[in-house]
Amino acid sequence: MRAYGHDFASPLLLGTALYDSPAVLADSVRAGQPGAVTVSLRRESAGQLAGQAFWTLVRDLGVPVLPNTAGCHGVREAVTTAQMAREVFGTNWIKLEVIGSGDLLQPDLFGLVEAARLLTEDGFQVFPYTTEDLVAAERLLRAGCEVLMPWGAPIGSGRGLNNLFGLRALRAHFPEIPMVIDAGIGRPSHVAAAFEMGFDAVLLNTAVAKAGDPVAMARAFRLACEVGRLGFEAGPMPERDMAVPSTPTLGRAMLDA
Amino acid sequence: MEILVNDERRDVRSGVLADVLAELGFGSARIATAVDGAFVPASARENFRLEPGCRLEIVAPMQGG
Repeated sequence: MRAYGHDFASPLLLGTALYDSPAVLADSVRAGQPGAVTVSLRRESAGQLAGQAFWTLVRDLGVPVLPNTAGCHGVREAVTTAQMAREVFGTNWIKLEVIGSGDLLQPDLFGLVEAARLLTEDGFQVFPYTTEDLVAAERLLRAGCEVLMPWGAPIGSGRGLNNLFGLRALRAHFPEIPMVIDAGIGRPSHVAAAFEMGFDAVLLNTAVAKAGDPVAMARAFRLACEVGRLGFEAGPMPERDMAVPSTPTLGRAMLDA
Repeated sequence: MEILVNDERRDVRSGVLADVLAELGFGSARIATAVDGAFVPASARENFRLEPGCRLEIVAPMQGG
């Protein structure tokens, strides 16, 4: 995937949260070989300086970081968080989350568009966590976003691609815009399906961190990206409503049923 | 004077943000700050005066999805 002039080394974007230990996180990143890892900001205590140790670990992984505004419910809060993230992580990239619904962690699309506009004007390169809504997508692009990150399903739900029709429509409506399926992915088959539909990348976290064997699952997701993309590029056959025999019928022996 | 640091009451001697951060033990840590909800960039810390009772937020890198 290419976005904001950057060629991602892999279309797999991986979250860094919820792993059982820093070692499992590091091993999973090595196995998944993601094009970027997502990170966040939290209050730091001078006594523990936990963030400093985490930063050392992430920096040593040698993978570009995509900071998020996770947990932000308001435009001002998201913008301020993005400004702090830019300073701490030294990047203009921001995975913009403005959450509207607590139960489904569904984006507040109105706040999202407003925050995206403010951040773009301030020099940020915004990766908006959005839904499959076409109108919101149009507004985000008008606000200056050069990439869209529609959800597959609610964050952490592992339900895969919840609205196939809506996602297909979004993909078809903006064929030139790089799109990342962000959130809701639970299995490698979900990733393969996303690529077969023409999406450019996937962003996932829980599906690896909470797998029985996170390191093996990270590798499975890396391979699923490859499988799905190759399948898309190879041009899948059209679906039919009726069976069509694949074995030639001509010359078949006439035998008693 | 007393200020709120990440929602905890703290008594600090200095009135300048950069000095308060050093006093609190953040030294050269990779952090970002906001005062009363507004971002204060690192370049402004030397000249940023804190008022008694202000809310200072100090954040650092953390795991995220």
